[in-house]
This record gives sequence, C-alpha cells and structure tokens, in this order.
Amino acid sequence: MIHQRVSRRAMIGTGAAGLGGLLLAGCDRLSNSPKFQSFVGSAEDLTFPAQRALLVGQPLAREYPASMISPVFKSNGTSMPGSPAYKALLEGGFADYHLAIGGLVRRPMRFSFDDLKAMPTRTQITRHDCVEGWSAIGQWTGVRLSRLLATVGLAPQARYAVFYCADDMDGSTDGSGQYYESIDLFDAFHPQTILAHSLNGKFLDAAHGAPLRLRVERQLGYKMAKYVMHIQLVDTVHGIKSGKGGYWEDRGYDWYAGI
Amino acid sequence: MASDTIYEMDPAPPPGAALKSARVVIYRHSRVVRLTHWANVVLISLLLMSGLQIFNAHPRLYWGEYGADADHPWLELTALKPNSDRPVGVTRVGRFQFRTDGVLGVSRGGDGQFTQRGFPRWATLPGYQDLATGRRWHFFLVWLFVANGLAYLIFGAVNGHFRRDLAPTGDQIKPRNILRSIGDHIRLRHARGEEAKSYNVLQKLTYLVVIFIILPLMVITGLTMSPGMDAAAPWLLSLLGGRQSARSIHFITANLIVLFVIVHVVEVFLAGVVNEIRSMITGRYVIEAEDKA
Repeated sequence: MIHQRVSRRAMIGTGAAGLGGLLLAGCDRLSNSPKFQSFVGSAEDLTFPAQRALLVGQPLAREYPASMISPVFKSNGTSMPGSPAYKALLEGGFADYHLAIGGLVRRPMRFSFDDLKAMPTRTQITRHDCVEGWSAIGQWTGVRLSRLLATVGLAPQARYAVFYCADDMDGSTDGSGQYYESIDLFDAFHPQTILAHSLNGKFLDAAHGAPLRLRVERQLGYKMAKYVMHIQLVDTVHGIKSGKGGYWEDRGYDWYAGI
Repeated sequence: MASDTIYEMDPAPPPGAALKSARVVIYRHSRVVRLTHWANVVLISLLLMSGLQIFNAHPRLYWGEYGADADHPWLELTALKPNSDRPVGVTRVGRFQFRTDGVLGVSRGGDGQFTQRGFPRWATLPGYQDLATGRRWHFFLVWLFVANGLAYLIFGAVNGHFRRDLAPTGDQIKPRNILRSIGDHIRLRHARGEEAKSYNVLQKLTYLVVIFIILPLMVITGLTMSPGMDAAAPWLLSLLGGRQSARSIHFITANLIVLFVIVHVVEVFLAGVVNEIRSMITGRYVIEAEDKA
C-alpha cells in the first residue's frame, strides 16, 4: 500500500515535470510565432492610450539636483560610429556638420553646429532609464525640438518626427543597421524634448552621441537617438525601413517606450 | 462559508461508530474565489517567468534613483572568468559571494554550452534570451492580472468574503491564540471538526498580507519603473525611494510571492491534497468529525 502510494506520487511528480517541460516548450514556440508576438504585443494598444490619458496635462519628467548626477553615465549601444564620414566630422569638431530638417515642413532647412550652439538652450538634470533596467542621471543641455520645428514650420499632415542617425548598430555597411527613431508630435513639442549637445556641462563625446542626441524624457533610452543627422517629418512611419518606427522597434520592441 | 452545509453519512456505519465516520461537507470557496485563484496560478507563473527574462537583461539591483555598471549593486548574478571557456556562476549579495554555478549567473544555454545569464532558461519566458518578447508577455499578462485582482477585490468587499473569511476574529487575534497557532503549525497539526470550517489565524494574516500588501506593492513598483508613469505620478516614486529602489522592491516582493506559494503548496499537501484541491475546483470541502483524529 505504502509502496503503491509512493509510486503514484512519483508518477504524478514525473507527470508534472513532463507537463511543465511541455508547457515551457510550448511557450517558447508561441513566443517565436510572429502572430502570437503581435497578439501579446497588442497590450501596447491599451498601455499607450492609458499613459497618454495620464499625461494629457504634459507634466514634466522629474528633474534632479546636481548632487544626484551619476558619477559615470553609462554609454550603451554604439560608442563610436564606424563610418569614415562620421570620423571626419568628429575630427573636425563638427565644423562641417549640418542637421537637416525636411519632409512635411514648409521650409526644409539645414542648421550648422554653430547655429545650434548659438540658439537659446534648455538645461535639465533628468534620469535616463534603459530598457535593460539600469538608470543614470545626467545634466543635458540643448535646443528644444519645438523651437526647431517652429522655425521650419510643419505641414498640416505632419504627425511624426523621424530621426536618422550616423551609426550602424550592427556594423553592416548597406544601411540596414542604421539607427533611427521616431516620436509623435505630443512628445516632439514637450518642453523637455531637446536635441542635446552637452552632457554634464561638456559637449557630448562620441560615446554619448556627439554632436546631437535626442532627449525624450518620459520614455526609455532607446527612443533617445544618438548622432542625429537628419530629421524628417512624416504622416506615418510605415513606409520607413521595416515600418515599425525605429531600429529597436523593427527588432520587436514597442514603439511606445513610456513603460 | 458554511451556509449550505451538507451532511453525509458513510453507508451502514458500524454500531456505536456513527459519529466516528461522520463527514461534513461544507461549501468552502465561492465561484469567484475559485476562478480568480486559478487565473492567478497561470498569470502569476507567467508573470514571474517573463519578469525573470526582463531581469536577466541587467541582473543587478541597486538602491536609490540611479544604478548602472559603475554603481554599487546590492545584488548581482554574475560570472567569474566571464571570458573563459567555462565561466563560473556566482551570486553576490552585499559583501557576500555564493557559488551558484549552473543555476544563477551561469547556466546551460539552448546549445548545451555554459553561458553567462542571470536566471537559467527553465525559469524564464521565453527560455532563450529575448528581452523584447519577455516585455511583451509581461505587459500583456499584467493587464489580465490587474483585471483579475480588481474583480476579486470588488467581490471580496461586496460579498463579505474579506470580513467573513479573512478578517481574524477577536478571539483569534489574542497573542495566546496566535502563539498556539504557531505551535500547531510547527507540529504540523491541522484543524479538524468545527475549527476546520474557518481559516486559522496565521493563514488569515498571511492571506491578508499577500492580498493587501505584497500584490499591490508588486503592481505599484512595476508602474513606477515606467518613465511615463513617473512623469504622471512622481509622488509614487518618492514614496518608494527612487526608480532603482522600485526595481529592487519589485524583485523582493516577487520572491516573497514565490516563498508564499511554496509554503501554500506544502500546506495543501500536509492538510490533504485531494480535499484541498477539490475544494478549490468544486468549492466543496470535507471536514472529518473531531473525534476521528
């Protein structure tokens, strides 16, 4: 009787472990299926409007005292774009750099690094949250994106600002790995959305995105494109690269990165 | 709870033993409690595993607002000799280091090779390293978890489940009776007869802590890791002591839930696994007469 009970228990145990293994394998197969990925990804359709409803008053992200700045601001992703063109700009102190703004705008324009440095700036000490889980606090100084957008003037159909960068994340040379990002006008016109040229009082180094890095303080780090070369105003991001609105978005991450 | 008590008699009880074989069947768990319980079993398991997948992207925890590679973690799952053929997994807590090779820090990947990763593949969802998919699972499941939790909370308040089943009685809460309950648990003695119709005081207090402190804290610390939420409700983050503190508390409360589940399941086995599981499926719970013990 006792023996039988033990063997029954063992059987249940083995059965449970086997079932567990099957479930895990099943979850992995589900996770790999694009259909299922877009199904669980549909939670973004709930999260995004819910957060936007809470942010409708356009509150600022918290700004910190200088005493709370991280001793080391971690650099992630690209630390040195590989292209000769970028290296030449860097060596020349970005004297030959131009930020181009085009697409659905009234007056496509180019701004030199000197133009940008001469503009009124906003300085903010904010927390940078990486999608991986770490955070760093730094002081950013730069030109408000809303100011640049007002200068070029938006066409009525413009809905998104797309940022094209100088770095190829995966080291490819055919442009397929070019970093890019996009935000909508709700975030583009937020007072803390700036194109930063300085971190902690110094012009950006290559590791932190020289000469210009986007700051979108109410979203995660991958939205904050480094090495911004060109901004394009569009009505939809679907026609661009893989159509998801950014380098990481094209690789499975959510376009809305407020969470 | 015991509103529709059903009395069952075993067929043809031997003379003089009628009481001994009396079984009382009570209706123990309402339908909402049973449904939300099993939904939680699935949701919390998958939330835990997708959470560990997310944790693995940066398997270090800090206190305060910020924390990254150059800052001091209070917990770290890492590898010794990370660039060698055979890295060795270790867990560091404060100044202490434990060898956790094969499970934490370093474990076998899908190819059978030992690789550096926080939690092993059998504990994460998906099993392979994929932060984007782990996040999708987590943020999908958490909506269901919150909906399920709210349904339970509203039901518990309206139907009287909290007041009737979970609030300790004045008698139960007396220190003497709490001590006695602790003694009963240590000696693995389980309630019979009349006493088995309601939860004991330790059980009630544990459920109350899980339902009203740990699970809500889990949701709040999860929300405060969102930079969007932090702009909308900065006071929440102040309450928790910063974003990296929120991440640490999220991890600790997840571990407390695992600890609760282990104790819960052990108690289910000790108290009678068939009867306990049946009561959570059909609602009906069999109570043995007192003198049968």
